[in-house]
Amino acid sequence: MMDKMIFGRYIPGDSFVHLLDPRSKLIFVFAFIVVVFLANNAITYGLLLAFTLLVILTSRIRLYFLINGLKPIMILLVFTFLIHILFTREGDVVLDLGFLKVYEEGLRQGIFISIRFLVLVFMTSILTLTTSPISITDGIEVLLNPLKKVKLPVHELALMMSIALRFIPTLMDETDKIMKAQMARGSDLSAGSLKERLKAVVPLLVPLFVSAFKRAEDLATAMEVRGYRGGEGRTRYRQLKWDWRDTLSLVVLAAMTALLVFYRN
Amino acid sequence: MDIKLQQVSYAYSMGTPFEKFALFDVDLTIPHGTYQAIIGHTGSGKSTILQHFNGLLKPSKGEVHIGERVIVAGKKAKELKPIRQKVGIVFQFPEHQLFEETVLKDIMFGPMNFGVSEQVAEQRARELIQLVGLPDDILNKSPFDLSGGQMRRVAIAGVLAMDPEVIVLDEPTAGLDPRGQKEIMDMFYTLHKERGLTTILVTHSMEDAAKYADRIAIMHEGKCVLTGTPREIFSDAKTLEKYRLELPHIVRFQSKIEERMSKPLSKICLTEEELAEEVARSLREERDGQ
Repeated sequence: MMDKMIFGRYIPGDSFVHLLDPRSKLIFVFAFIVVVFLANNAITYGLLLAFTLLVILTSRIRLYFLINGLKPIMILLVFTFLIHILFTREGDVVLDLGFLKVYEEGLRQGIFISIRFLVLVFMTSILTLTTSPISITDGIEVLLNPLKKVKLPVHELALMMSIALRFIPTLMDETDKIMKAQMARGSDLSAGSLKERLKAVVPLLVPLFVSAFKRAEDLATAMEVRGYRGGEGRTRYRQLKWDWRDTLSLVVLAAMTALLVFYRN
Repeated sequence: MDIKLQQVSYAYSMGTPFEKFALFDVDLTIPHGTYQAIIGHTGSGKSTILQHFNGLLKPSKGEVHIGERVIVAGKKAKELKPIRQKVGIVFQFPEHQLFEETVLKDIMFGPMNFGVSEQVAEQRARELIQLVGLPDDILNKSPFDLSGGQMRRVAIAGVLAMDPEVIVLDEPTAGLDPRGQKEIMDMFYTLHKERGLTTILVTHSMEDAAKYADRIAIMHEGKCVLTGTPREIFSDAKTLEKYRLELPHIVRFQSKIEERMSKPLSKICLTEEELAEEVARSLREERDGQ
């Protein structure tokens, strides 16, 4: 069931995007999220879409796989699109079905918002698909380092994040196992009324919580036994390296931003 | 209820970059009333195969026959519930599936899902708790207050309470102390004999396979490479070695005895009693021959 979900998954590879430093990728994606909001007409949205496609191509992740994996999120997309179509009442009427009038502005807004949404989801997915969780947290830790000055526990935050990310697949496996065990005992998650379905979640959640707490305790003990003392004076096994690719990708993004500023209304 | 796998292949994450085949063209027939052991090295596909026995996994290719029902690759399988009542699976570390407030309620969970009345389910729970070797008063305790071994027994009772015709065991004694292991394995064997169950045991333990099984299937890298009676399987140490499996202790012990006696016994012995008898017989023959 969770086979197809790609959110938060990492696919190893050696494409241009894979080889980028996590710091540059993080800066790139965060900057991109802001830049997306510069677009406000057909040309600029077209540019965004083309740019995203280019990034997907360089990451060498199959588009089909990406779309297929993000299906659950697509529902949200369709929903926002419909809201815009139904509730925006500006411009000429494009389609008149009697009970429903679709306005030009509504269609325009719907398409633009959908593109914006799509582009954001694709870009962030590319980040997690091409960067191992460990590198992401390494990158975040380094990028947040200046905030240590204001007493933000940067190392602890990064550690929490990497532990959380590390245990997603483990908990997924665990969920799958417990689900199967309960299904073998006749529990049915996909049939019956809403109330019955909600009731069927209990045999799943209770064992899951029990095992998650147990795991957390074991992990804490294991860390203490090995003398873990937090980030003070800790050296790194994985060194981050900034090379020409990273500079290039940020330059490309800057160029893209310039184009957007130039073409927007 | 016969179980038959025909040309079954299974791939995890079908159609994604993570696609990985775990089973290749497996053919396996388990006639009603058989005690079938499935042995194999880690990662040989044992655990994948067992989830096909009650429709938890659907084959990517091939067919699975469970009694009258057929589950065919690529077709929607509806109404799997009756199958799941008839085929009970005790998963590895089944204690992880406990969730209810009391042991009693947890044992009753399975049967009540299959439409058994509360009275009957409670009745079964009270019988089974003794069968798995636990005192009655444990029924009102929280399953999370029990020891690991006790939890295991409660979870097993929870599967048996469904009154299945086929019982599938995935390493049911992993992590238990030797005495607990023997008690549980003996209990399953008694049940198998008394109730005429079909039992499928997935295990690492050559000893258990030798001692209890009528037939053994060997899995290796997702293929079912060898089937036969324990005597046939364990008389061929070379083939076993090829699949990174060892002979049971008792068979290895027998070959040491044969070396000492410098003559082979007439058959491969699978239990201590059998070996002792066989050695005694051989010695007697020797004495009478002189």
